[in-house]
Amino acid sequence: MTDDIGLWGVPLAILGGAIRVSTPFIFVSVGECLTERSGRINLGLEGTLVFGAMSGYAVAYHTGSPWLGTLAAAFAGLLFGLLHGFICKLPRVNDIAIGIALMIFGTGLAFFFGKPYVQPVAPDLPAIPLGFWSSLPQVQAALNMNVLFIAGIALAFAASWMLKNTRVGLTIRVVGDSADAARALGINVNRVRLWSTAAGGALAGIGGAYLSLYYPGSWNEGISSGQGLMAVALVIFARWSPVNCLYASLLFGGAGALGPALQSVGVTSGYYLFYAAPYVLTLGLLVATSSRTRAMPSAPGELSIIK
Amino acid sequence: MRVPPLDLKPPSHAIEVATLGMTMRFGSFTALNDVSIRIAAGSFHVLLGENGAGKSTFVKCMMGFYRPTAGQMMVEGREVEVPDPRAAHDLGLGMVYQHFTLVPSLTAAENLVISRNDVPARIQWDRERADLAAFMKKMPFTVPLDVPVGRLAAGEKQKLELLKQLYLGRRFLILDEPTSVLTPAEADELLGMVRGLTTSGELTCLMISHKFREVTAFADEVSVLRRGEHVGGGKVSELSTADMAAMMIGEKELVRPAARVAVNGQTVLAVSGAKPPDRSGLKMIDIADLRVKAGEIVGIAGISGNGQMELMEILSGQRPLEQGTVQVCGTPFKATRGEARKFNVRYLPEEPLRNACSPKMSVAENIFFRDFDFADGKPKFWLDSRRMAEQAARLVGEYKVKTASLATPIAALSGGNVQRAVLAREFNGKVDLLLIANPCFGLDFSAVAEIRARIMAARNAGAAVLLISEDLDEILELSDRILVMSEGSIVFETPAASADIGEIGKHMAGHH
Repeated sequence: MTDDIGLWGVPLAILGGAIRVSTPFIFVSVGECLTERSGRINLGLEGTLVFGAMSGYAVAYHTGSPWLGTLAAAFAGLLFGLLHGFICKLPRVNDIAIGIALMIFGTGLAFFFGKPYVQPVAPDLPAIPLGFWSSLPQVQAALNMNVLFIAGIALAFAASWMLKNTRVGLTIRVVGDSADAARALGINVNRVRLWSTAAGGALAGIGGAYLSLYYPGSWNEGISSGQGLMAVALVIFARWSPVNCLYASLLFGGAGALGPALQSVGVTSGYYLFYAAPYVLTLGLLVATSSRTRAMPSAPGELSIIK
Repeated sequence: MRVPPLDLKPPSHAIEVATLGMTMRFGSFTALNDVSIRIAAGSFHVLLGENGAGKSTFVKCMMGFYRPTAGQMMVEGREVEVPDPRAAHDLGLGMVYQHFTLVPSLTAAENLVISRNDVPARIQWDRERADLAAFMKKMPFTVPLDVPVGRLAAGEKQKLELLKQLYLGRRFLILDEPTSVLTPAEADELLGMVRGLTTSGELTCLMISHKFREVTAFADEVSVLRRGEHVGGGKVSELSTADMAAMMIGEKELVRPAARVAVNGQTVLAVSGAKPPDRSGLKMIDIADLRVKAGEIVGIAGISGNGQMELMEILSGQRPLEQGTVQVCGTPFKATRGEARKFNVRYLPEEPLRNACSPKMSVAENIFFRDFDFADGKPKFWLDSRRMAEQAARLVGEYKVKTASLATPIAALSGGNVQRAVLAREFNGKVDLLLIANPCFGLDFSAVAEIRARIMAARNAGAAVLLISEDLDEILELSDRILVMSEGSIVFETPAASADIGEIGKHMAGHH
């Protein structure tokens, strides 16, 4: 048997893409899911993601440990989340406007501090070769799972469990659904939102570290192609459920691999169009699952976009 | 120095609560002036008063939402400090609000558990569920525990609010118009339960209400507030409803609805076979046949959430009609601005500030919404601000809208005055078809009487009126013909003259 596996390469590439590309989506969307379940939208996660990528790469380069880099990215994300949460606490501040400002701020700051790190090479995050049983290099490549990917899957289920079975989870849902009810229960609404946004930011930071420390695995100014923004849309598409966020991210990652996969088997016409597959897919699914007259029952009642 | 609470354990029996000289000032405005009321342990006490009489301020001071300017709270004869609601809860004081404070997307069980002070970090649902089942066994009524609260009927939600207070061990309960969203039967059931709990000495209850029927049927004592002052009260058995009404309104005259004039008109509104999906998208609304003639008021009774709002939305063009027809004067009606103008169709939707006003625009602009781009049968391009000011000034005077000025944002007006302003706009000129939903929700009864009189006057002038209301008394008072909506369709029809409340209530509750 040769290395050429013909058309089987396409589904395999999609699977590989789902595993490789989806990780940042999982982290950012699960994080954003927590933030939105508390009643706030943080559009700034794109900026957080890019800054996380930069800071993770820089710390990994200086310390030689990709894990310390990831931790630093999470911490940077946490700070961005806290900043967003803190500004939104002030009266007459709109969370979406602040999000857009922080998106630009985060990206700009990352480019500013990141200039010296474009050349040097930082160590990569380790991956687990789950394709060891196969002799095909394509299968081995597709099933090469990064530790963060597995952590992301666990995170989605853990977040889902937390929202149902812990005091913190119920508190977040109460605050997101009815601020009045939360106040009547003596919950400090702003504090819950502050920390939910901070947690979302930290997760987005980790998503950024994955970008610069594993795939594509280097730091440059074009590292993010809007993953942070797309993840926010994914949350709405996933109807605010962390586990659905995971599935949506996988779908999105898989669709993203469609373009290169088709190119590799010789489909060259409409090549750039296939690169748009994830976006077209998301748009199509959003339109198909939306309704003009029905209420969105799972949407947190306090979100400013649906109020 | 703050005196620590004497015992942190909630009391195990009904408690006595009293206020001494409670006064609350907001700037130069005195909302509450020297109010002293004593509510005996195990009594069912009702607080009566018009809108703005200070009832809400009073109970908010009791619950620690406001810090009273002067005055003292006494619980069981002891002076207590209530700096915040949590302190009130620790004393065993609780409140059921007019709007629901349950979280819609959480289930009843989740709502109950999260409302506790000592929720464990990890909630063990097996144990909580067993505890809840044991608690529910002791209660006189139950609610489904595993359905998101948003899907419960209003009556069930209100019961759950009450259950929550009992679950939390409250022994003094303030109920703020708890029956405003319930059917008469549900209201009686709920108040009967409260009554039972007070007579058995488990609970003391202070209820805010507008409904004399409930007061005479269930309460022991009343206290009446007027313009922030405690103007009277006493044992319910020693007072007539006329006495109580006199105390509430002082020397004001109520406008009674004008007498009914017999008008036998043509069919103006005809809806047939309309079948849109409802708000949740899971059920269909089905209006097989609905006709309203000129000079009649057709009242649609029903518990909220049974399709009335969807019907109103179809008629006002807010909801697309997928099947069936809506006709006005024999022509298909799509509720465009042009059609509404041509057929003189006017709307009075519920929550007028949200559905019929632009809250931040001025009173004058809001009153001008029907005419700003149209005058003397011709469309206008420029806004004629002089005409706007004249018309607004005339209507504000005519309808007694209380506003600081015509340029005040309409959101700054009280609920009754917003409704009067909308009424002024909609009733201006010739009216052939009037579509109304809950016109008097949350208004005090002098405003209510006035609005009802206006509606009756429009009917007598030959308008066809469709009145959708959750207030059965209102339906009975105004309608010529009564329809009952339940689960999205019209299930019962009766002429108002021979209407049987029991039968209407049965159909509203879904027994048909």
